[in-house]
Amino acid sequence: MTAAVMPLAAGELAAFGKDPWWIILIKAVAITVFLLVFTIFNVWFERRVVARMQHRVGPNVHGKFGLLQSLADGIKLSLKETIKPKGVDTILYVLAPIISAAMAFVAFSVIPLGPEVSIFGHRTPLQLTDLPVGVLFVLAAASLGIYGIVLGGWSSGSTYPLLGGLRSSAQMISYEVAMGLALVAVFLYSGSMSTSEIVGAQAGGSAVDIFGVTLQLPSWYGVVLLPSFLIYMIAMVGETNRAPFDLPEAEGELVAGFMTEYSSMKYLLFFLAEYVNMVTVSALATTMFLGGWRAPWPISLWAGANEGWWPLLWFLGKVLVFLFVFIWLRGTLPRMRYDQFMRLGWKILIPVALVWTVFVATARATLSAGYQRQFFFGIGAVVIVVLLLSFVYDAVAARREKAEEVEREEADQVEFDPFAGGYPVPPMPGQKVPGLEPAAVAVAAASAGAGSADSSGGAGAEGAGQQADSGEERGRG
Amino acid sequence: MSTVRVLFVLLGAVAVGSALLVVTTRQIVHAALWLVVTLGALAGCFLLLTAEFVAWVQVLIYVGAVVVLLLFALMLTRAPTRPDPAARTPNAWFAAVVAAAVAGVLVTTLVAGFSGAVIDLDRAEIGGARVTGGAVFSTWVLPFEVLSVLLLAALVGAIVLSRRDVPNRPRDAEAARDTEPARDADDRERSSS
Repeated sequence: MTAAVMPLAAGELAAFGKDPWWIILIKAVAITVFLLVFTIFNVWFERRVVARMQHRVGPNVHGKFGLLQSLADGIKLSLKETIKPKGVDTILYVLAPIISAAMAFVAFSVIPLGPEVSIFGHRTPLQLTDLPVGVLFVLAAASLGIYGIVLGGWSSGSTYPLLGGLRSSAQMISYEVAMGLALVAVFLYSGSMSTSEIVGAQAGGSAVDIFGVTLQLPSWYGVVLLPSFLIYMIAMVGETNRAPFDLPEAEGELVAGFMTEYSSMKYLLFFLAEYVNMVTVSALATTMFLGGWRAPWPISLWAGANEGWWPLLWFLGKVLVFLFVFIWLRGTLPRMRYDQFMRLGWKILIPVALVWTVFVATARATLSAGYQRQFFFGIGAVVIVVLLLSFVYDAVAARREKAEEVEREEADQVEFDPFAGGYPVPPMPGQKVPGLEPAAVAVAAASAGAGSADSSGGAGAEGAGQQADSGEERGRG
Repeated sequence: MSTVRVLFVLLGAVAVGSALLVVTTRQIVHAALWLVVTLGALAGCFLLLTAEFVAWVQVLIYVGAVVVLLLFALMLTRAPTRPDPAARTPNAWFAAVVAAAVAGVLVTTLVAGFSGAVIDLDRAEIGGARVTGGAVFSTWVLPFEVLSVLLLAALVGAIVLSRRDVPNRPRDAEAARDTEPARDADDRERSSS
């Protein structure tokens, strides 16, 4: 609605907002169909890959290699009976899966899939639209998708969905912060927030001049801004609620999380949203860090690699690599505990992302202003200060540890009270229960007593007890 | 030009209408959701004024994070799926008077300050990150810094309030002293009956 009234920024964005309505319609329908078909493929892909990782075969009956299995599953799922539990908030109960799925699709509209191509004789970029702040649009759509999950959990009017919805809202908000901060470094480096311009900025590597030596930096931001890339990778798994971060639907704790009370078509929409979200965050990662639709190195030597419809293939290949990583993680890692997960997000990812962002901003500002010597001396000074501080910290920590050890030893001296606080309690680690011996020791003592008939059984038990004591001490040492 | 104007008025009406629903609805979760509609309509208004960056940040922060946190807090405490009779207060008229007064002050300020300002949308620079950053960090840097300090104070306050391991807190000690005898009395009552 605004494209008609505002002149778009100069540069690459000038190519957008000029399409006739039928081109826009074709692009929108094509993206939707592509995402639907890709989801069907992804479900099959995931099942096959996980099966291979677990030494199974996986679905292989319907269609070639079982490719039609997920289509059959989808049809079966959508034809199932719709069950509406009592006491739900009807409007929100219906609206929640729709929000979830719609937002997953909307985010894809600013992802660049290729360069300018000709559709029925009309030159147009292979991207539905682009905004000067395109990446923010993707993040905003992703954050709106949270509503589907929160409201789905709440409107079911049931305990487990509510808990699952709460968990996932906390999880997605936390990891969205890390995700946004990881992307800030890309904005700073490329000087743009529009997806097509970021892809354009990764066309060629920049050269940096360090004390007279010219270094050729690689063109992909995934290499230049590696910390950002790693943080984004972790955050995108957390954001899509996938293993090892699939806490909202931890079946051992929460049945099926926020979708426990959903069935049939609505369940299908949640399912669809999860897979489309996976594709969307993978596509964003490709765009931001792996050069988007541009051909990777050996292929890029071919002159026609970045023209026409070929880039669509490179783009799909890169997205598939990310999807494989998603599946690989699911096949490899166990689910994290909730508190570990939150600690990782808030205490590791976000501080690291903040420090890295400050570093990139400083490097960008000082190097482009020509203060190279000052920049590297500054970096050196910071490194030295951090090293010194770490030595001080180590000394303090060693002293504290020693004090704690002394305290623990003192605590060990305390006599075991089997009825501490009025309740029967087990002994703390290191405490001994007087008059209680492990069964194995008693058996050994008995056999020792039987073996030497003339020696008294009491002496044998005593000896065994001493042995056990020394063994325990060795174990503690 | 007139299309933009009509859309702007419509979005404004949606914003005001849903804002009224926020304070009148009997369902507390629905109130939060009407707030989403209000904030979304505001984002639409920003978009129509070519402030793209502000619009999407509004969606990202207010709609996507602040209200989700609000819902989070509601659901952690109490959020029934039925209308809540406790959502009514006899002080509603007083709140309405205060709200009207605040709205009056804001409208007067805006009209006094910007009544003559006209944005030519055909020639206006799009409010991307560069323009917005330039405005915030040069012309409006003082309000920006003041707001930052305010938010920092709120953050520190929240942490101080939520920490339980700080010793020598007189209020906690008092609270403990107040509740202890009560619980004892309760226990005694239960054991005697």
